[in-house]
Amino acid sequence: MSLLLSLVLAAGAPADFGYVQIPDAAKEAQAAELMAELRCLVCQGQSIHDSDVDMAADMRRIVRQKIAAGEQPQAVRAWLVERYGSYVTYDPPFSWTTAPLWLAPLLLLGAGLWLARGTLKRRRK
Amino acid sequence: MIAEAGLAALWLAAAMALLQLACAGLGLRLKQDELVAAVRPVAIVQGVLAALSFGLLILLFLQSDMSVLLVAQNSHSAKPWLYKFAGAWGNHEGSMLLWVTVLALAGAAIAVLEHKLDRATLTATLGAQAFIALGFYAFLVIASSPFTRLDPPALDGMGLNPLLQDPGLAFHPPTLYFGYVGLSIAFSFAVGAMVTREVGPVFARAMRPWILGAWVFLTLGITAGSYWAYYELGWGGWWFWDPVENASLMPWLAATALLHSVNVLAARDGLRAWTLMLAVVAFSMSMLGTFLVRSGILTSVHAFAVDPTRGSFILVLLAIYIGGALALYGARVGRVKAGQGFDLLSREGGLVLNNLLLSVILGIVLIGTLYPIVAQAMGQQLSVGPPFFNKTTGPIALLLVAAMSAGPLLRWRRDEANALLQRVTVPIAAALLAMAAMFAAAPGTGWMEIAGLGLAAGLTIASFAPLWKRNLLRTPLFTWGMVVAHFGVAVSLAGMAADSAFTSERLVAARYGQPYYVGPWRVVLNGVAPVMGDNWSAVEGRVTATRGEGSTPLLLTPQRRFYSSPPTDTAEASIRTRADGQLYAVLGAQDAEGRWQLRLWWKPFVTLIWFGGALIALGGALSLIGRVFRERRNTKRREDAE
Repeated sequence: MSLLLSLVLAAGAPADFGYVQIPDAAKEAQAAELMAELRCLVCQGQSIHDSDVDMAADMRRIVRQKIAAGEQPQAVRAWLVERYGSYVTYDPPFSWTTAPLWLAPLLLLGAGLWLARGTLKRRRK
Repeated sequence: MIAEAGLAALWLAAAMALLQLACAGLGLRLKQDELVAAVRPVAIVQGVLAALSFGLLILLFLQSDMSVLLVAQNSHSAKPWLYKFAGAWGNHEGSMLLWVTVLALAGAAIAVLEHKLDRATLTATLGAQAFIALGFYAFLVIASSPFTRLDPPALDGMGLNPLLQDPGLAFHPPTLYFGYVGLSIAFSFAVGAMVTREVGPVFARAMRPWILGAWVFLTLGITAGSYWAYYELGWGGWWFWDPVENASLMPWLAATALLHSVNVLAARDGLRAWTLMLAVVAFSMSMLGTFLVRSGILTSVHAFAVDPTRGSFILVLLAIYIGGALALYGARVGRVKAGQGFDLLSREGGLVLNNLLLSVILGIVLIGTLYPIVAQAMGQQLSVGPPFFNKTTGPIALLLVAAMSAGPLLRWRRDEANALLQRVTVPIAAALLAMAAMFAAAPGTGWMEIAGLGLAAGLTIASFAPLWKRNLLRTPLFTWGMVVAHFGVAVSLAGMAADSAFTSERLVAARYGQPYYVGPWRVVLNGVAPVMGDNWSAVEGRVTATRGEGSTPLLLTPQRRFYSSPPTDTAEASIRTRADGQLYAVLGAQDAEGRWQLRLWWKPFVTLIWFGGALIALGGALSLIGRVFRERRNTKRREDAE
């Protein structure tokens, strides 16, 4: 994995995008939003936006380089998910595996309302 | 000798817990008054012994006794005394001993202070408390004894994780544990009440101060923990939706719901079964949190558990206690008489909505936190983090804030929709005005931030509305408590929304003397100098920040620290607080061209987040004092009348 990263990095950049922002504020905002939802793979539960570890810096560099080069955040995320699996994103994509997770809020709300309704009705008698 | 004495005290405390359980159980079953009478004193002795054991562990750390394995693994003789002291609970064994000590002290506190509850329910409560304690004593002496000796003794210790070497360690874990474990009292009360079937206003009034007390500590602990993470981790974040944070949030959510539902039970004798359920859930969440944190099941990327035996031990305890309580609930809830009825549009209805929304948020946090384990079992590795939690709990929390603005303005039993609308006209207007102003001033802001600021404005006014046209001196203290706590939520919400909407971030490779701009600030790195601490050395940036022409410059001194034991480097952020926000600077490494990484944030009104948290806790404390005094006075009046 580190070999892959160093290959990517060998392309080189004028500024170290691991620790320096993209000059274009709009692109930096896109990158920042994406970095905040990407998991630092070697940390204990931190996003790459919030980590001092070298690998997080490497991943920030990749994200900023790609966004600075004009790629869309969606495409960069897809590229990273393809390489590292969906483990890398804190925003789990909707699928059969994650359907229960994403539907849970609605189900809970529905169940709660149903319970409360039943209680209120019973109380009114 | 001290270590052996500590272990002996721990064993004796465990024996007392067993005695307490036996006296309570047999006394109630056989109707033996002598046995029942013994329960209170035994509970007090148990508390004293557990505290003694914990005190001796602290003594070992203060003395840097390297013949004790735990001290050698987690301390170092060159540490400042505060971190030797607080280091006693900055590790697994010590923190579990603190956990059990608080549990035993909570039992002792019930034994000393509780006089309202009927004798049988009190005895059952103390029995339940002893039953919980027994499991955790077993866990300590079998799987994680803090007093194991090391032979031959180590020359010196391995030191404490530098991230923990902070005054926050002295304050945050004990506060949080008082909250976490304080909820065991509510759990034991519920079990006691289910055993004796005495559920009603008297029970609710007896339980309420204990819930409030635990909740105040929990609120303070979470607030302090958030601020600690904010300045220590050095990236300007204050909440990460990390499993460990969620583990502290879940009991808080349950306790918040509980302390609202218990009011319905106390005032109107409603929500009986639901209140019992919440009391069980609240402490179950505390135990689940302990399991998640202690087993390492979620934070560790590679292993299933940091120490599988420990994780499974707590899991078994969890199953016994939660399962047992739920089984008791299932068996007894049918016989708990239904409470008083009420209308949908009433104070009770509002509190039901509060409970509904808080429970849904709790459910989402619980599912989101545990889902990666479930997914792993289904053969897929995935992460659930801030984007999920913000998207799902955010809107519901905002709904809750809206409901919370109206709730305290509703009358008990029954209210009129038109009358309510009249009462909330001003808050609604304020909320809409604030949203419109935000939309006009900063058009690109996200809808959640706009809604958050608007609702915060509305809630600010609505939270004070219960005081409207009242004699402020004769308003009961617990009403003031509610007002202050609800206002605190508005303040905290405003801080969160402002931080999320208006933070400016600037990451630069800084050259000496060159200006960089973040928010309204002009920042210059003037130089870097070496500094020395007790057990670290550092390079310190000398950064000045000015705001507008001719203003006095602020000096910021972010450090890069190097700790020798264990060898680690950390970044110490330098934060300057202004009335309208915080300037936050972090120094990184130096690159080949001699430039320093400098991370700068301007965070408008971010301090409101923790200021609001402190207000919420203050409100809880005022309520607690108000309730206790009111009960005292009522008891006295009743006695005078007799």
